[in-house]
Amino acid sequence: MAKPNSPIRLHVPEPAFRPGDTPDFSSLDIPAAGSVRRPTVDVSPEEIRDLAYGIIRVLDDAGAAVGPWDEALDSATAIRGLRYMMKTRVYDQRMVMAQRQGKTSFYMQCTGEEAVAVAQQMALQLGDMHFPTYRQQGLLIAAEHPLEELACQVFSNPGDVLQGRQLPVMYSFRDSGFFSISGNLGTQYVQAVGWAMASAIKGDSKIAAGWIGEGATAENDFHSALLYASVYNPPVILNVVNNQWAISTFQGLAAGDSATFASRAHGYGLASLRADGNDFLAVHAVSRWAAERARCGFGPTLIEWVTYRVAAHSTSDDPSQYRPQGEASAWPLGDPVERFKQHLIGRGVWSEELHAKAQEQIETEVRQAVRRAESLGTLNSGSKPSIKEMFEDVYKEMPPHLRKQRQQLGV
Amino acid sequence: MNMIEAIRDAMDIMLAQDNNVVVFGEDVGYFGGVFRCTAGLQAKHGKHRVFDTPINESGIVGVAIGMGAYGLRPCVEIQFADYVYPAYDQIASEAARLRHRSNGQFYAPLVIRMPTGGGIFGGQTHSQSPEALFTHVSGLKTVVPSNPYDAKGLLISSIEDDDPVIFLEPKRLYNGPFDGHHERPSIPWSKHPLGEVPEHHYHVPLGEAAVRRQGSAVTILAYGTMVYVAEAAVAETGIDAEIIDLRTLLPLDMATIETSVKKTGRCMVIHEATLTSGFGAELCALVQESCFYHLEAPIERVTGWDTPYPHALEWEYFPGPARVGSALKRMMEA
Ligand SMILES: Cc1ncc(C[n+]2csc(CCOP(=O)(O)OP(=O)(O)O)c2C)c(N)n1
Ligand SMILES: [Mg+2]
Repeated sequence: MAKPNSPIRLHVPEPAFRPGDTPDFSSLDIPAAGSVRRPTVDVSPEEIRDLAYGIIRVLDDAGAAVGPWDEALDSATAIRGLRYMMKTRVYDQRMVMAQRQGKTSFYMQCTGEEAVAVAQQMALQLGDMHFPTYRQQGLLIAAEHPLEELACQVFSNPGDVLQGRQLPVMYSFRDSGFFSISGNLGTQYVQAVGWAMASAIKGDSKIAAGWIGEGATAENDFHSALLYASVYNPPVILNVVNNQWAISTFQGLAAGDSATFASRAHGYGLASLRADGNDFLAVHAVSRWAAERARCGFGPTLIEWVTYRVAAHSTSDDPSQYRPQGEASAWPLGDPVERFKQHLIGRGVWSEELHAKAQEQIETEVRQAVRRAESLGTLNSGSKPSIKEMFEDVYKEMPPHLRKQRQQLGV
Repeated sequence: MNMIEAIRDAMDIMLAQDNNVVVFGEDVGYFGGVFRCTAGLQAKHGKHRVFDTPINESGIVGVAIGMGAYGLRPCVEIQFADYVYPAYDQIASEAARLRHRSNGQFYAPLVIRMPTGGGIFGGQTHSQSPEALFTHVSGLKTVVPSNPYDAKGLLISSIEDDDPVIFLEPKRLYNGPFDGHHERPSIPWSKHPLGEVPEHHYHVPLGEAAVRRQGSAVTILAYGTMVYVAEAAVAETGIDAEIIDLRTLLPLDMATIETSVKKTGRCMVIHEATLTSGFGAELCALVQESCFYHLEAPIERVTGWDTPYPHALEWEYFPGPARVGSALKRMMEA
């Protein structure tokens, strides 16, 4: 045992695996599907503290839906969910290609995390508001927002509803319940709480969903959000997407090795759940639970989604510099699309042939939508948003100094 | 050397020379920073001296203040200047005033490095130039290098300085002297004399400007990327301007500015940051105070527009050589 007054060493957390290592997640504690209980939505946070340490799972290794969180989701809805996930992935692939071809400056994929956004969107209602990060394009696809509009934003072309002002993927689509993405991490988590407080102040029954990556839970605003959620008990879902990585930084640097991200809620007395983010049915069921709890006035729920960031952080990133090549395939929670597909095949409502046909059809649909967007212009060719627009919307009404600057630019 | 290598070299030398120097920030340790400025430093100096931090900028600066007060010399990175705002309270209320409010019992000998400026299609969250938010705060020094030679010498001076230094690195200059002609192929630092960087320890002192071009017709006050924009505008208009690279905004080398403006009788101030309450306003006031009777024309400012930095219309926003050139011609007619 160390003696007092002997030299103390700084602890610097390090991930288990770096490039060159063979990733092995066998020490990760993954409870069997169906093993975590499902409390009633009016449960007090005190009574479910253990649920912040388990992993709620519905799909077992054979693809069957088991346990108390199985909602017996109808097949039509389930197939719709699978198709949204497939479409999200195809769209991502298409846009990465477009970026490589120089049609835009930047892109961010959500590969491996499709279930989280898609299934939660399907569990919420029109009129609810998401405060997403840059990795929840699945929300828009599951809301059936026209894909062409997403692509126009990425191309910063004249069809871009944001006039080319924002970085690609920093969408804003109010009518689809998608709040304007800022790009500064964590800032919008607490805004989601404010939106939910407004719903309560007005006596409405709309709910808000905040989104944050496990890395960004380190920001002060994450803690502000939990504090306000705890004090005012507003109808908000606080999603933490734990995809293990924050650019090159592993989750241990956000103190993920000391305690689960879900357990952060306990210090504030908030209800908290931890769930398999690669399990469509678990995401849907857990999101619905939290939405119902919020809508009934029982208050906020924090949910940690355990998942894995399969792709690079962004098109500017090269993960082979900081994590082993095979890490994504060694990830024990598998691929959300593949797992859900197997489940539906097992249910007898889907098949390899139907899947292949759906894939082809989605590829065509996405290709056509992106082509239509491209025909309006891309970042480096065709027409651009009007230069005049740069000076609009800085204020509601343009003050004289901006009018003068616009004249100086000659537009 | 390019500017990234020069900045890395300065930290490397200081880490080796002074075991009180520590380097940290987001993605700074194992990976070596998203712009690679700290690549290899952890492997060389150990993970207790060079390390990754949580994504929490107020924490980065807050712990740096604590370490600095203890006796270390933290040189920390904020991944983009656009992400410094969560740390602003620690910088403006704490680091800047610690010496004064404790009557010198405690002070904060830290450097806060951050990439600044646009030109990489980074949109409004990867392009800002917030220097005026720091020069406005008493107790902070603010440095903006424009080339690898200066970057290394200024960073060494900043790390050795006992006051908090904000070190703004124009990211568009990391790989070459960019003059605003985005349509032309970029020039690497290996083709520029200021890309020649000695391997040893040396200083470029804080508070000394550099005259980049001697001239008699007008004085251009610039820093960072705008130094090269000024050079391009001068070459294109043929106007015999004197170009001053301020290098340090605070402390400011007023003597060099005054001598030049008194000689030329005209002054233009250029920066990429927004116009209103920008550092250019301070420069105009100072030049007016000390050179009023020598001025033959009103001082002109050419800056970024008072709007967020747009993604698609980056080059309509950026105050490039065409805008600087036409302002120069206008000035000479006055
Ligand atoms: C305030 C702030 N600091 C730093 C950054 C730079 N940055 C962008 S994404 C990112 C990593 C975020 O990781 P995580 O929260 O885990 O989300 P993920 O990318 O994994 O979805 C960082 C450091 C930023 N955008 N904003
Ligand atoms: Mg992450």
